[in-house]
Order: sequence, then structure tokens, then C-alpha cells
Amino acid sequence: MQKFTQINSLVAPLDRANVDTDAIIPKQFLKSIKRSGFGPNAFDEWRYLDHGEPGMDNSKRKINPDFVLNQPRYQGASILLTRENFGCGSSREHAPWALEDYGFRAIIAPSYADIFYNNCFKNGMLPIVLSAEIVDALFKAVDGSVGYQLIIDLEKQTVITPDGNVYGFEVDAFRKHCLLNGLDDIGLTLQQMDAIKAFEVKHKAAQPWLFN
Amino acid sequence: MTAKTLYDKLFDSHVVREENGTALLYIDRHLVHEVTSPQAFEGLRLAGRKPWRVSTIVATADHNTPTDHWDMGLDGITDPVARLQIETLDTNIREFGAKAYFPFMDARQGIVHVIGPEQGATLPGMTVVCGDSHTSTHGAFGALAHGIGTSEVEHVLATQCLVQKKSKTMQVLVDGKLGNGVTAKDLALAIIGKTGTAGGNGYAIEFAGSAIRALSMEGRMTLCNMAIEAGARAGLIAVDDTTTEYLKDRPYAPDASQWDAAVAYWQTLKSDNGAKFDANVVICAENIQPQVTWGTSPEMVVGIDGRVPDPEKESDLTKRSGMKRALQYMGLQANTPINQISIDKVFIGSCTNSRIEDLRAAANIAKGKHIASNVKLALVVPGSGLVKAQAEQEGLDRIFIEAGFEWREPGCSMCLAMNADRLEAGERCASTSNRNFEGRQGQGGRTHLVSPEMAVAAAIAGHFVDVRGLF
Ligand code: SF4
Repeated sequence: MQKFTQINSLVAPLDRANVDTDAIIPKQFLKSIKRSGFGPNAFDEWRYLDHGEPGMDNSKRKINPDFVLNQPRYQGASILLTRENFGCGSSREHAPWALEDYGFRAIIAPSYADIFYNNCFKNGMLPIVLSAEIVDALFKAVDGSVGYQLIIDLEKQTVITPDGNVYGFEVDAFRKHCLLNGLDDIGLTLQQMDAIKAFEVKHKAAQPWLFN
Repeated sequence: MTAKTLYDKLFDSHVVREENGTALLYIDRHLVHEVTSPQAFEGLRLAGRKPWRVSTIVATADHNTPTDHWDMGLDGITDPVARLQIETLDTNIREFGAKAYFPFMDARQGIVHVIGPEQGATLPGMTVVCGDSHTSTHGAFGALAHGIGTSEVEHVLATQCLVQKKSKTMQVLVDGKLGNGVTAKDLALAIIGKTGTAGGNGYAIEFAGSAIRALSMEGRMTLCNMAIEAGARAGLIAVDDTTTEYLKDRPYAPDASQWDAAVAYWQTLKSDNGAKFDANVVICAENIQPQVTWGTSPEMVVGIDGRVPDPEKESDLTKRSGMKRALQYMGLQANTPINQISIDKVFIGSCTNSRIEDLRAAANIAKGKHIASNVKLALVVPGSGLVKAQAEQEGLDRIFIEAGFEWREPGCSMCLAMNADRLEAGERCASTSNRNFEGRQGQGGRTHLVSPEMAVAAAIAGHFVDVRGLF
């Protein structure tokens, strides 16, 4: 997994609440058996004017000039700013895979759907929760200034604006540790092998039918 | 001893280790399907790892499988990418193993959340996971069940554990009696209409009260299935006689030698008197009408007597723009009475409403009637091969076919339109599934979520109609 320490990047605004995982990556792309290559189809139905299917040459497709992420001023952004309950709907990890492959490393929103939030951390992506008021202020600032950038510092748990405002954010200590060090948590869990085996002995004694 | 909630009991009894509020939680049942597992098995293979406990795995193919032309076998799958995914599951299960595998076209194949309970593979007191958000369904059995992402699928395969923080708890108390023609689906939609799709974020919801006790297991599964649409990863219902009666003699349920001990334990799986929840919601069952969604989120819902709401009356600006966008996508005008909205297609199926009881209730309305001439396609897709066989034995298939419905093979089908069953742009559908997001049933398709009875009533009338008038 890619480490996440600090980024200094352009911010792309997606001014919608309840953006669901079907919108982030439509289901026809879920047929892939790979983990990568979903970026060109992130937000496919909003981003292109035609209907996308796996295997198409996306560079030849008609893009939707009205979709905000297609605007030249937001190209290269690795911070996505959006509204509440981002990532609701299905558990598909293809959603963070698509966002990450597109180039996003961090998301800022007032809230996220639980499974999506969890999935982000497994993929080196940082979902930041800031209050609805701060998010609102950031939307205005991004809109008002071309090239608007934010600095995100995971170690210090801060978002810093160009005019020097510093917003703190919460992140679970274990997740932070994994993200800062790019750790795969399967390896970490397997260090607990003896504890898992001991639990199984106890569990089997209590509910033997679970071990049929 | 302090009074504990059902959630606490289930969580605490599976903690392998806990540190700073983060627990390593042991997983008893791992349900696997073709869409979210290939990358996880690939990860195992690359790391040279093996599944920790193969006997916890129950696998099937459901999302991509076609619902017709089964006589052609795999060749009936016209989409090569879908076919590859189904074949990849075969390869992975053959290589790594499973307790039970119901491949494409097996007599017991079906939607993963239908077959788990049907096989007795979902039991009270278990932790159940699946790379699918509607895993919340299994909470109907007093199991702690939730959806996980593919990295977590790999994590559970390799370690039999998940890294978890405890959720907050919410009790949704529903007392009273649901009216005739008002179903668990209407209850679920009414709850989401009240709490919002983010209302359950961070919570495990326990459904309780006399109206819940009165529900069949099928109804309870419908309700817990939709808990995720309220934002909750897990829905829960305490164990009672309805639960144990449903499970008795199922293939993977404990046999006679273990049954009494199991039932004795299962009966402890309820919240203690006086247990405190972090949030409480109270609903009166009598007040609930048959529900119809009008927008692109399950919370955008009204009773059948209602009208499409007017965004101009909404004071919250983000909500107002969301409503406007939804109306535009749905091709609806504010203030239109719901029963004047006509439909093009009907879908009866999905892990929410494709069990035998759903099909019986739907057939009961369809009997002796015919779908309206403006309805282009009305599909009935049973949740599993066994549901299909049972329905055919009861003659339900004949009732549907005579009424103009198509009777299909089991699978997810038009719930998410990964196979050939889908809406075309602009088509309007009465659907018994669980999500009405933009493009969910096909790009540009317009989904209205309803109960099976309401879907049949709409198919016959050609527009939404109050099913209570048809009893
Ligand atoms: S029926 Fe629909 S919601 Fe249920 S598992 Fe299949 S695709 Fe998901």
C-alpha cells in the first residue's frame, strides 16, 4: 500500500450530497477481475456523454463539458471536496480504487458512508471529515480562486488553507499508523496468530455447532 | 451486571483482542460471490497465503449470471467479461476450497443473501461477512452481519478476523400492527424516510417491538436488508421462536445432537431489559401506508396517497438542489399525485423481495388479472433455485405467466443490471429491489422502490395504485 504523509494539491469540488458508489464507478466496470485501471471510468455516467462499457477506448469518447471534474482548472487535483454521506450504497471497493486510480489521494466531506470510509484506508487514501460549515467555506474558496490548493498533513492531522487557516481533523490511531507507514494489515493481524488460535479453542467449546 | 444490547453481546463474544478501542473480531461465516472476490483471491495467491478456515466459506455466483437461456450453459452468457468473472470464481473455489459452493446453474444457486439463510448457513450468534453491502440481511437471525470491501474479504480469508471498532447502537421500536397490504418493505422505506439514508451512519440498528415480532423471517430479512440504505452497516433482530422454527432441519443448521444446546444459547440473543441505546427511534405501525419512492435515493419516499414533493418548499439548500436534480432525472413534476405516475417495466426480485413469501404475496394479487398494455416487460426473478422450485410446485409460475409476467432463472438480475436485464434510458420501473440511484437499473433508467404487492398492482393498472383497494 502507498504511504500517505503530506500532500499539497489542487482541490476539485463535487458539490453534491449522497454521491453513491454506483455513480463513482458504474456496475458494468465491476466485471473486471483486476484491482487497477478503473480511473478512466470514475464517475463515468457524469463524465462522458455516451454510455461506457469495459474495453472501450476512453480517449475517443465524448466528454461532458458540464461535469465539474472535466473543467481544465481542476485537472491534476488530488484532493476531492464534496458533501455529506459520500460513498453511500454498495460495498464495492472499486469505488476507492477508481478514485485512487483517477489521482485522488484525499477526500474532504462532512460525512461518509461507513463501508466506503473503511475501504479508503485500505487503499492509501485519506477520507477527512470537516464540519459542514468549513466544507461550505472551502467550496466558496475553491470556486472563487483558480488554482486553489490545500496542504494536508496526516502526521499533524491538519488541513491548511492558502490564507493560513488550519483545520484539525480526527483519524483513528491505528488507521493513521497504517497509512503513514503504508502497512498491509493482513501481515499485522497474522502476528496475532496465537491469539486467534486460542480464541478458536474457546469459541468451539462454547458454540461447537459453528465448527461443524 | 450491566444490561447489554444484542449488538454488544454479539460483538463482545467475538473479540480476539482489543487495543485502544480497535478490536480484532473473529468471523464465523464468510459468504463469497463472483464480483468482489477475484481480487481478494488473487491477493492471497500473490502473497502465498491460504484461507484460514475453509469450512466458514459459502460461495455462489449471482450478480452476473443470466436469468434466461440456461439450456446453453456458460455459452448463454453473451458478455465475455461477465463469463470470465463467473469462471474465475469456479477456479478460485476449486483451488482454495469452501464448505459449500453453489455454482452457476446449480439447483441451489441464487442470490447470496437468499441462499445463506435458506441453507441454514446463517445462524444466530454468528458473525457473518460478505463483500456486499446487503449482508445486513442476515442480522434478521440475531447474527452480527455486515458488508465489507474486497481488501477486507482478503483479510478475512487470510486471518478469519476483521479489524473493527464498535459501532454505536440505535433501537428502532415499531409497535402496533401493520395494516392489510402493508409489508416489511413499506416499513423499511418508511423508516428510511424518517431517518434519512445517512441517519444510521456509524450505528448498528436493532429493530424491536410488537410489529417486528409479528414479522415472518422473510419479512425480517427484508427489513434488515434495507438497514444499509439507512446508512447502518448492520441491522439486528432478536432471536425468538420464529427464528428457530425457520432454521430447524435446514442443511447446515445444527442437527439433533446439537440442536437443543444451540437453541438454549440462541435464546439469550436479545437485548437485556434496560439496555441503553445511543439513539432511539419510535414508529407506530398503524400509521404506515404502502410506500413508493419518487427520487434517486431511498429516503425520497412517500405514501401511495401522497404527491411528488415540491423542492421550493424545502429550506435546506443542499437538499433542495438534490431534490431538483432527482426530479429532473426521474422526469417528474412537483406535486404530481403518486398514483398518476405510469410505468414501463416491473421487476419483482432482488435480495430484498425474492423469497417464497414475496412471490406468494405477489401471485395473490396477480391471480386472474393481466398486466396493462403500457407495461413493456414485467419480470419475476426468484431469489434462488430452491425458491423457484418451491414456487413452481405451488403453481405460482403459472399465475405469473398467465398474467403476462416473465418467469426467470434466479440471480440479482435487474436489481443492478449487471446482466442483460436492464432499463433503457427514460424507462420507468416499479421495482422490489433496494436502490433507486441514478443508473442503478440501467443508464438513464428510473426506479421506484415498492413492495412486491405494490409492484404487481402497478403492473396491472399500468400506474402506481393503492394495493389496499385490491384485497
Ligand atoms: S440482489 Fe441486488 S442488492 Fe442484492 S446482492 Fe444482488 S445486486 Fe446486491
